[in-house]
Amino acid sequence: MNRLSLTQAFIFLLRRDLTLVFRNRGELANPLLFFILVITLFPLAIGAIPELLARIAPGIIWVAALLAAMLSLDSIFRSDFDDGSLEQLLLSAHPMPVLVLAKVCAHWLVTGLPLLIMAPVLAEMLGMASEAQGILLLTILIGTPVLSLIGAIGVALTIGLRKGGIILSLLVLPLYVPVLIFAASAIENAALGLDVSAQINMLLAFLFLALSLSPWATAAALKMSMS
Amino acid sequence: MYLWFNKLGSPPHFYRIAGKWLPWLSAVFALLLITGLYGGLVYAPTDYQQGESFRIIYIHVPAAWMSLFVYVVMAFCGVVIIVWRMKLAEVVLISSAPIGASFTFLALATGSLWGKPMWGTWWVWDARLTSELILLFLYLGVIGLHSAIDDKRIASRAVAILAIVGVVNIPIIHYSVEWWNSLHQGPTVTKFDKPSIDMRMLIPLLIMALSFQIYYVIALFQSSRAELLRRERNSKWVAELSGGN
Repeated sequence: MNRLSLTQAFIFLLRRDLTLVFRNRGELANPLLFFILVITLFPLAIGAIPELLARIAPGIIWVAALLAAMLSLDSIFRSDFDDGSLEQLLLSAHPMPVLVLAKVCAHWLVTGLPLLIMAPVLAEMLGMASEAQGILLLTILIGTPVLSLIGAIGVALTIGLRKGGIILSLLVLPLYVPVLIFAASAIENAALGLDVSAQINMLLAFLFLALSLSPWATAAALKMSMS
Repeated sequence: MYLWFNKLGSPPHFYRIAGKWLPWLSAVFALLLITGLYGGLVYAPTDYQQGESFRIIYIHVPAAWMSLFVYVVMAFCGVVIIVWRMKLAEVVLISSAPIGASFTFLALATGSLWGKPMWGTWWVWDARLTSELILLFLYLGVIGLHSAIDDKRIASRAVAILAIVGVVNIPIIHYSVEWWNSLHQGPTVTKFDKPSIDMRMLIPLLIMALSFQIYYVIALFQSSRAELLRRERNSKWVAELSGGN
């Protein structure tokens, strides 16, 4: 296999996944709707006090993003697992981690990117300080791919289970803690007008670590699940 | 060396050896536990600041140490499972998980009991407490995943991957939680700086740590033996063991 065909395989798989999603747009909207709904619940539950909402807005948005990402994880491999194309992928001559990465990329484009587009609107509705909003977008841009990458490991481990959903959240949420911490603290610092480069650098470090390790773990877990 | 490793990995051999060791280990454990408890509860001087309630560290600190140690053992077993597919490592991994979870819970519970008189609250979102709590969730994840998969050989490989992923994440989680706390400038009362500890306090602590270690091995041997019997119930050596044919 030469290098070009590997790149092509990556692009083909990415395109295929995106096409599949766009043929079935309901799936595209669901995580986003969930994200908006969860955020809507908070002002109703704790009272619409502008100062309070502005104070907790970064936390709410990030927790909602975390939950939305987690609920949509199953779709990374579910349909391919059900119709057997995942087995074909495992049998292909291309290295599985690269194919996994293509699928995770497609998943992020479908679930992470809409959150990024919707977040400014919600931040404005919650009355977040405008100087913090840019940083909010930056953390979502860097953080949500990490969520997809880590989540892929969890999905690969639980794909064969009938009641995988709850187990999946138990596996994945503890591993999401660092992303949540640094994203929230970056936004908080930005709202106070402090330097945020340390937090952003840490998030980038998580991204590169996840990018380099997660596809291998996911591929191993998939092989295990399919055996 | 490799031969010895291989031989130890064979289930009937391990079952026999572990059975032989158990009484000896139990005796040593009882001796160390009594010495350690006596040393900790009677011999060690009263702390000038915390009074008698500091004595809970003789349970709390060893339990916290073991909670980390057991996870590292599990991750090590995970590597052995992925690389050599050794059956014994699978059994050790999954038998360790409930023990590790218990140690973690014990560390949290004793810490909470100590926190009430000392800090005036059962729980604070301190870095150490939070990362220990997350460690408990990681243990529960391993147990949950293992029990959710019916085929136990596949389940073992799944938890092996999970344990390895977890061990990569534990330092990250630990330090991010620590930084999270310091970034927020937590309440100063939670600061748990280590005083230069008196020798008469330290030695019982080390004895207790050792006895917890041995207790882990005892519990591990017992539950591994049971797990081995369950997994190998159709094999010849188990049949011979029970006197059947």
